[in-house]
Amino acid sequence: MKILIIGGGRTVSHLCDSFISKGHSVTLINRDPAECQRLAMVLSALVICGDGSDPGVLEEAGARGADAVFALTPHDPDNLIACQAAAIGYGVTRVVALANDPENVEVFEKLGVSAFSTTRIIGSLVEQRTSMDWITNLLPIVEGRVNVTEIVLEASAPAAGKYLRDLTMPDNSLIAVVMRDGTPMVPRGNSDLKAGDRLVLITLPENHGTVLRMLAGVNV
Amino acid sequence: MSSRLHIVIVGCGRLGARLANRLSRQGNYVIVIDSSAQAFSALSADFSGFRIEGDASGLRVLREAKLDQADLVVVMSRDDNVNLMVAQVARLVFEVANVLVRVIDPDRQELAAHYHRLGIRTLCPTQIAAEQFLLAIDEMAVGEQGRHA
Repeated sequence: MKILIIGGGRTVSHLCDSFISKGHSVTLINRDPAECQRLAMVLSALVICGDGSDPGVLEEAGARGADAVFALTPHDPDNLIACQAAAIGYGVTRVVALANDPENVEVFEKLGVSAFSTTRIIGSLVEQRTSMDWITNLLPIVEGRVNVTEIVLEASAPAAGKYLRDLTMPDNSLIAVVMRDGTPMVPRGNSDLKAGDRLVLITLPENHGTVLRMLAGVNV
Repeated sequence: MSSRLHIVIVGCGRLGARLANRLSRQGNYVIVIDSSAQAFSALSADFSGFRIEGDASGLRVLREAKLDQADLVVVMSRDDNVNLMVAQVARLVFEVANVLVRVIDPDRQELAAHYHRLGIRTLCPTQIAAEQFLLAIDEMAVGEQGRHA
């Protein structure tokens, strides 16, 4: 894929490295000449110095043939307009804007640009991880609107010893995988849950607490 | 303008202040937003509207300006991207019927068709000025007086 990233700093460097290591071609746009020099030295991406919301700069960076544009600057209006310029001006189908102000996630979506807020994602991550050792992994996906959680079922857990069909899971939640004795399986209604099982759960932030409560019996 | 309108002006620079003074003098209810309180010194002594200091690209400030009740929003801060974002938020989030936005960079005018479809009117002073200059040059009929003839 041909990816265009607008922004700078550590997150962008990391993202850029990760894309390049997966074989994508990456072009970076940053408006600060000093930051451009630094980025050009540490990254094997093409670095272009300029305003990423300027159609001329986007064109120079190859927006016309780009598969995706990510606008990740610290200024929300710049991110929004860069995405719109790429999508409307150059027909880029996948554009994503960082919303520094979490309230702007909904605003950007309303204006036709998909957006995410790191503040929100980190916030929910910290909240959900606080003092819960039995949650071994938690990954927000789809802009933080879906959680993938891995938990270990303890002997005292309400779901231990029950069949899946006897559990009333809330709407939009799922026990996706049960890992027992090192073997993963996708459970069905006649599968039972045992103490020591590791479960991979799909939840929404709204029902996350309910699901953990009914399976593990712990208040979140 | 007929009755007393609720008008929000974003950006109190030379142009914004001038417009605010005039619209306020015409008897409208005018709210001016600028990120710097110093900008408000450009408003005249008889300006009877309200001043809000803050970042108009945040919803909080726009709610404070009661955008949901505004008849007209005029956006003209120094930053084109802020202007284009605020104009779209005014139109699509607060559903303001009349939105007018200044776009300084003529290149950004290329997206104007898109904004027009959303019901946002854009004005590019650079383009307008260039046209006026060309008109004036035409009128001067340079070269026709026969200096080089």
